[in-house]
Amino acid sequence: MVGLSHYLVVSAALFSLGMLGVLTRRNAVNVLMGVELILNSANINLVAFSRFGAGNLNGQLFAVFVIVIAAAEVAVALAIVLTLYRLRRTPNLDEADILKG
Amino acid sequence: MTAGDVVFWVLAAITIVSAAVVVFARSLIYSAFALLFTFFGVAGFYVLLGADFLAAAQLLVYVGGILVLLLFGVMLTHKLYDLDLRSEVTQLVPGLIVAAGIFVILAATAVRTRWMTAAPREPAPTTRSIGHLFMGEFLLPFEAASILLLVALIGAAMIVRRRKDA
Repeated sequence: MVGLSHYLVVSAALFSLGMLGVLTRRNAVNVLMGVELILNSANINLVAFSRFGAGNLNGQLFAVFVIVIAAAEVAVALAIVLTLYRLRRTPNLDEADILKG
Repeated sequence: MTAGDVVFWVLAAITIVSAAVVVFARSLIYSAFALLFTFFGVAGFYVLLGADFLAAAQLLVYVGGILVLLLFGVMLTHKLYDLDLRSEVTQLVPGLIVAAGIFVILAATAVRTRWMTAAPREPAPTTRSIGHLFMGEFLLPFEAASILLLVALIGAAMIVRRRKDA
């Protein structure tokens, strides 16, 4: 019988995979994909708790807000990545070290 | 093993394998399309958990909006003569150690805690209830999210605009 802990373990796996993507990838768009994985794992947690724990829809509402914020964040992050690419001619985040002392 | 359990395991396999392909694939386009399958898997989880509006919103916004934006980003950030969209993985072993450690901690917490779970309700259409909540109890966060979207729109357009000088 699939219970709450199954969903939590799946979302933990998604979270650690997303974190691995953020930590190890050089291309900026790949890092953004990792961040999206992390946000999706948090959403699964929210909806799972809303279904199994609470009797209300607050978790689902929170998940809708997370989706909204993720969309806004991807738009702004891609704008930054594009500007950086225009400046440095490479999408690798290792080369974005202009502020380095 | 009911049919719902089988669907859960299939969706879990699809989602986690696609997420692994996103993280480990050599080519950016493979990562982007594996991310598509991950989003579909997560939408399937929402349907299993009785969140039908959220599943539709996930498909519309994530697949139709965010994934397309990411593909635009992939297309616009490689040199025109360099068709080889490769992306490297740096410092894999420390990253694997950290990610595995976090997964172990989270999964152990999830499995060992005595969650106070109630019996899951019958799945019912949630769109009307979510609409009532947005217009009633959660009106202020709703309006704040609208302002956030407006700010993000203006900000993204301002960051990318071509400046006339140099």
